[in-house]
Amino acid sequence: MEKVYKRTFGIRDDMVSGFCPGCMHGTIFKLIGEVIEELGIRERVANVQGVGCCGLAMEYVTYDVTTSPHGRACAVATGVKRANPETIVFTYQGDGDLASIGLAESMSAANRGENITVIFVNNGIYGMTGGQLAPTTLLGMKATTAPRGRDAKEHGYPMHMCEILNTLTAPVYLERTSCNNPKNVRRTKAAIKKAFQNQIDGKGFSLVEVVTSCPTNWGMDPLGALDFLEGKMLKEYPLGVIRDK
Amino acid sequence: MKRVFMKGCEAIAEAAIRSGCRFFAGYPITPQNEIPEYLARRMPEVGGNFVQGESEVASVNMVYGAAQTGTRAMTSSSSCGISLKSEGISFMASARIPMVYVNVSRGGPGIGSIQPSQQDYFQATKASGNGGFRMMVFAPATVQEAVDMTYAAFDYAQRDRNPVLILTDGVVGTMMEPVVLPPMRSEEEVRKLKEAHHKWAFVGHREDEERALILPGGWSGQEERCIRNAELYESWEKDIQVEEYLIEDAQVVITAFGISGRVSKSAVNLMRKEGYKVGLIRPKTVSPFPYDSFERLDYSRVKAILDVEMSIPAQLVYDVKLGVKDRALIATCLRSGGELITREAVIQAAKALF
Repeated sequence: MEKVYKRTFGIRDDMVSGFCPGCMHGTIFKLIGEVIEELGIRERVANVQGVGCCGLAMEYVTYDVTTSPHGRACAVATGVKRANPETIVFTYQGDGDLASIGLAESMSAANRGENITVIFVNNGIYGMTGGQLAPTTLLGMKATTAPRGRDAKEHGYPMHMCEILNTLTAPVYLERTSCNNPKNVRRTKAAIKKAFQNQIDGKGFSLVEVVTSCPTNWGMDPLGALDFLEGKMLKEYPLGVIRDK
Repeated sequence: MKRVFMKGCEAIAEAAIRSGCRFFAGYPITPQNEIPEYLARRMPEVGGNFVQGESEVASVNMVYGAAQTGTRAMTSSSSCGISLKSEGISFMASARIPMVYVNVSRGGPGIGSIQPSQQDYFQATKASGNGGFRMMVFAPATVQEAVDMTYAAFDYAQRDRNPVLILTDGVVGTMMEPVVLPPMRSEEEVRKLKEAHHKWAFVGHREDEERALILPGGWSGQEERCIRNAELYESWEKDIQVEEYLIEDAQVVITAFGISGRVSKSAVNLMRKEGYKVGLIRPKTVSPFPYDSFERLDYSRVKAILDVEMSIPAQLVYDVKLGVKDRALIATCLRSGGELITREAVIQAAKALF
């Protein structure tokens, strides 16, 4: 019988991920594994992990992984790519990592047009440390360090990284996607593939922002979190291609 | 051997290139700007990479990334800039990534002063970041020593897969002296040095190879990592470098490192002419520290030790105390905050001990 679907090489089959029920990291890592396979680059791939829940993947993916200090993934990736241009380098970072502590590194790598691929997972909250306020937390949304909810006067407004990066000249590709339904999962895969292809083609800085849910730290069940994602998060963070040149 | 007249920082940068360094990232800070400026010109000539990072933090993390590919990589800064780099240095010590960095130190604490100082001794030798790791730390007293130590530092870093620090100061970094530069490693040699790291390097691996997993920590196993690292630090006893000068009959022994050691040696020479039996112990590696040089002194003859350093309060003196173990009086001769130690002050302090 013809095999029409198989598990991606990118995820070990003898291990469980450790991600919570309803978390979308598992889906995104699956898509990354499939894209790497389809592009035929598995011998050249190196993943710079940010700090946060994404770090749970370092043991259960099958390709080269390094761990960067919190926020520094784009700086580490810059060093790797410049020192060894044949390597296909991608960072995988959450919102706290990329948009708060690593804002300077993310903006500067984008501004230099580093030929790297950035997978930015935005769930509006700090996951690993237990639900603290993120730069992407929605107004009114509660966090353990904003127990009365995000207040614009005290905490400012949610940051839109794709739009901020779109003010720079150098980036070649910026797209915001989600994994809330099969259609958007497929769109996310296409976006990730394009972001990797750009690097293979030497085009420069590509970033895919995936808007996801965090049922555990949002204090919701997976379906409730999905409703919140679709009803609130995607209103604040509209999906689509922001830059493609 | 051909001698050339070079500024300390530029000579350090050229020594790094000749040792096979092909990646540098740094951020401007006085008094070390000649290192990045020189390498911005020089790196492209040898097919290497120079990046001016957006901060010290970003720069050290670029080096962390580049060094993970097996490429010989370096960063440099000064004092408060070195503090910012401690994040990346600690990560490299934990993940055992080879790299070399240079501290052309200035006055502190805080932004301190831009003039030369030796106030980063504890930071360099005891706590260069979180977690209690150690590094080999070289303290040159001349531009020639800075060149030779930088050249060798990359080999130590590669041997141990650990960061190595060149701890110098604004005097050695900014003065010009004649130096003999070490031989330029060929492109072939540099390529082989990089490929020697391939097994663990973060460059991508074939299906039939083991993948690279660079872990500066993890969900488990950190204690084992610390134990392995401690074994490495213990092995450095053989690598200790120290200058012992005229100590065989000395009644007073001066101890100092780096530029203070050079000033002190000059003081010893002048005092000897006047008949004072004075000698010098100058640690060239301040980590590992030459405790044995103090252990071997004949304390029935040595009346006192004079600790000379450009740091108030004194820092080196704590290692000296560990070596001397209360067997002789220890006095200090100190300047700080960017003020230079003078030969006259050292002579005056040493004479007071006879």
